[in-house]
Amino acid sequence: MKFNRFILANLFRKKIRLILTIGSFAVALFLFTFLAVVKSAFSRGTELAGADRLVVINRAGLINVIPLSYRDKILQIKGVKAVTHNNWFGGVYQDERNFFPQFVIDPENQRLVMTEMRVPDEEWNSFVKDRQGAVAGATLAKRFGWKVGDRIPIKNALYGPTKTWEFVLDGIYHNDHPGGDESQFWLQWKYFDETVPSTIKSQVGWYVVKLDSPDDSVPVAAAIDKGFANSSTETKTETESAFAAGFAKQLGNIELLILTIGGVVFFTLLLVTGNTMAISVRERVGELAVLKAIGYPDRYLLFFVLSEALVIALIGGLIGLGLAVLAIPVVGAALRGLLPPLLLSVGVLSLGLAFAVFVGVASGLLPGIGAMRLRVVDALRRV
Amino acid sequence: MIRVDGRSDSPSLIRVRGLNKTYRRGGENIQVLQGLNLDVDQADFVAFMGPSGSGKTTLLNLLGGLDVPSAGSITVAGDEVTHMSASKLTQWRARHVGFIFQMYNLIPVLTAFQNVELPLLLTKLSKSERRKHVETALGVVGLSDRMNHFPRQLSGGQEQRVTIARAIVSDPTFLLCDEPTGDLDRKSADEIMALIEELVGKYHKTVLMVTHDPVVAARAHTTLHLDKGVLVEAARKGVLVGGVA
Repeated sequence: MKFNRFILANLFRKKIRLILTIGSFAVALFLFTFLAVVKSAFSRGTELAGADRLVVINRAGLINVIPLSYRDKILQIKGVKAVTHNNWFGGVYQDERNFFPQFVIDPENQRLVMTEMRVPDEEWNSFVKDRQGAVAGATLAKRFGWKVGDRIPIKNALYGPTKTWEFVLDGIYHNDHPGGDESQFWLQWKYFDETVPSTIKSQVGWYVVKLDSPDDSVPVAAAIDKGFANSSTETKTETESAFAAGFAKQLGNIELLILTIGGVVFFTLLLVTGNTMAISVRERVGELAVLKAIGYPDRYLLFFVLSEALVIALIGGLIGLGLAVLAIPVVGAALRGLLPPLLLSVGVLSLGLAFAVFVGVASGLLPGIGAMRLRVVDALRRV
Repeated sequence: MIRVDGRSDSPSLIRVRGLNKTYRRGGENIQVLQGLNLDVDQADFVAFMGPSGSGKTTLLNLLGGLDVPSAGSITVAGDEVTHMSASKLTQWRARHVGFIFQMYNLIPVLTAFQNVELPLLLTKLSKSERRKHVETALGVVGLSDRMNHFPRQLSGGQEQRVTIARAIVSDPTFLLCDEPTGDLDRKSADEIMALIEELVGKYHKTVLMVTHDPVVAARAHTTLHLDKGVLVEAARKGVLVGGVA
């Protein structure tokens, strides 16, 4: 590339402006990447949801319970392979800031339905036999430094007067899906059902239904809801991904918010870089005219301007992505419990780089076309 | 031999016939050049003089393919320039024209060597061949010891020498100089003119120059005077040439 030296020399002609432009690019790219990671964290549940699983909730809303007796009726529906149930426990471990999701699970069927969440057999058997047993996700255990055998007290005010429930950590689960959730805390249905007030005994929060085939999801969902229509507790059945998406939406339209902020970042960056390139071209009108005069074709001028914009974009972009790689684990750790786990994937990094290249090209395009259209005679007269 | 009567039948390096240039400004047509004829041979050195607005620079722009005439024709080394497309004209300029401007117009972030190398980056020459050509050109203008200096580290005269080196490095058919000494003191101007004379005398370059300075114009073989777009007088080393339109 015999023009490298020329392009780089032009880039470094105003060093402070170059540093500031690259700096704004880096900050914008960091922000873009962070937003993309947050968005991906909120939508991960939808992406990782089993295609062959349905979630059955009370038609009146997720906070309302469903009778345990529904399980056998659901199991009789054609196309249903297994059924498990969960309750939201909602306790506090040491401090309210230590939030993590706690679910009451059905040990007999949990592993038949949630197949991607793996617990070693030995640990699982201990858990099943232990009324006060608990299983924690690997990330959660690492977060609090828990080991199998540890006693974990959790304070709860949702089910009767506030009291501390004692659990023993019998096992640690890992998620087969890369980036899958490993932050849950599971406790025994029997222990829960025996301890809660009589008004909520034998009532579950929701069912998770494993299907014979993903193709059965529509008829099975319809059959479940039809089976409980006009009862005291009607149900609403949907695929796990639809349920996860609906759950995420309860937090507000995160996606719209992120897209809006991302859009603002994009246009601001486009204006900043576009303005820099426009000023840079305007300052060099005479030089560009000389290049044209001595025989440089128009496309070379466009190439020079676009190359400069692209180099700025790539350097700024890579710095921004580097910052993201360093900062997101730290930010994620600080926001643990408030946000789902923040994972910076190769996909997000590639998207960030593509974003940088796109902004670079877009910001250089108009000034580049301006340079192409420059009339040598007029430009030299202005010098 | 420079002729301005348009009657030359022998082939000349640059042949201009019936050249007209009209600009439209504020709804009014302004005729800058009117029916100009010119024949310039290899190794001729011609100066154009005249008051501001007489059409000198416009003529230079047309001869250099930077602008297109309203009527008439320009033929250089057998190539009819006037009807070339913009991209063809760009290629033609790269091959045939060397430009020397009053304000030097060097790229400030490139060294003298890199500035002179610019026209060669458009060719297929290898890096070592380019280096050889650039060193030769800088040697001709007497700046072999300044090739790694940036324009800001050079005097006005030295900057103009770099411009001349850039103009000759690709061995163009002819050189166009627009007030080449206009921004220089007398001593530097003399040195630049001596260099241009050397290019004509020793290297047989054809030079067409616009100037306001009669001392500078006197260094040319022929001085042509323009007024309101018409060649009104021609002098060849003090002797008028007949047949001026």
